[in-house]
Amino acid sequence: MLSVSLSSYLTLAAILFAISIAGIFLNRKNVIVLLMCVELMLLAANINFIAFSHYLNDPAGQIFVVFILTVAAAEAAIGLAILVVLFRNRRSINVDQLNEMKG
Amino acid sequence: MSFIDFIFYIFAAMLIVAALGVITARNPVHSVLLLVLAFFASSALWILLEAEFLAIVLVLVYVGAVMVLFLFVVMMLDINVEQMRSGFVRYLPIGALVALVLAAQMIWIVGAVGPDILGDESLSQSVRHGADYSNTKELGRLLYTDYVLPFEIAAVILLVAIVAAISLTLRRRPFTKYQTPANQVKVKRNDRLKIMKMDAEAKE
Repeated sequence: MLSVSLSSYLTLAAILFAISIAGIFLNRKNVIVLLMCVELMLLAANINFIAFSHYLNDPAGQIFVVFILTVAAAEAAIGLAILVVLFRNRRSINVDQLNEMKG
Repeated sequence: MSFIDFIFYIFAAMLIVAALGVITARNPVHSVLLLVLAFFASSALWILLEAEFLAIVLVLVYVGAVMVLFLFVVMMLDINVEQMRSGFVRYLPIGALVALVLAAQMIWIVGAVGPDILGDESLSQSVRHGADYSNTKELGRLLYTDYVLPFEIAAVILLVAIVAAISLTLRRRPFTKYQTPANQVKVKRNDRLKIMKMDAEAKE
């Protein structure tokens, strides 16, 4: 095995991102797993930011991770609230049944 | 292979296995728990990269609050698992193909083209800080000086998220009995109390 360098972390984040893309393809009926896949994608981006921050010796990358975590937390809270309202109205969270809009 | 490399490969393998488990688990509760494992593994990797503050924040705030919120919602909703799983096998080839092509492209870029552009010498060595270096102090200094305006905007985003989540999920049921404090305060004595005058009666 190679010794760990910046490209090891970038490769790991790329694999993680690809796994979550596959998860979006596979679990397209289940909104909760879709939200979890989005969380995994944001985690891959955060790993990239922190790896670059460490190897470039610049703490600004970690500041961006703080903001990404903030936005991800807000996104998860609002997404789950929408999910709860959806389930309350339709008794199901199947994406296929969400084909009508009343505005 | 040094000890740090060994730790990296252990936690990287744990992260990838947990991520694969998240997308293939049959039960959404298992997915959430594997996602917690993925966050723990990446938190260990962040400590390896000397981002100690963010690693602790990831465990305390993200696993402790956001993932528990996920778990709460997954357990609260009554999900038909079998119906959700339909189409899993049908989309498996295209999903795996897209993921493999994407991963191969990114790994090829990182492995073949990256070192030439980024400069191999400066990026192949990691600079370890001394024991007197405080990651938290450094982040705080940057966050409250150079990035104070984005920090305020992040606070406003969190406030908007609170208001949105509450206003989405708050509902008034039509038949709920509740008290109106304004009406309670407005009541006069004459509305409630009636004094009857009557003659005294003899005991039988």
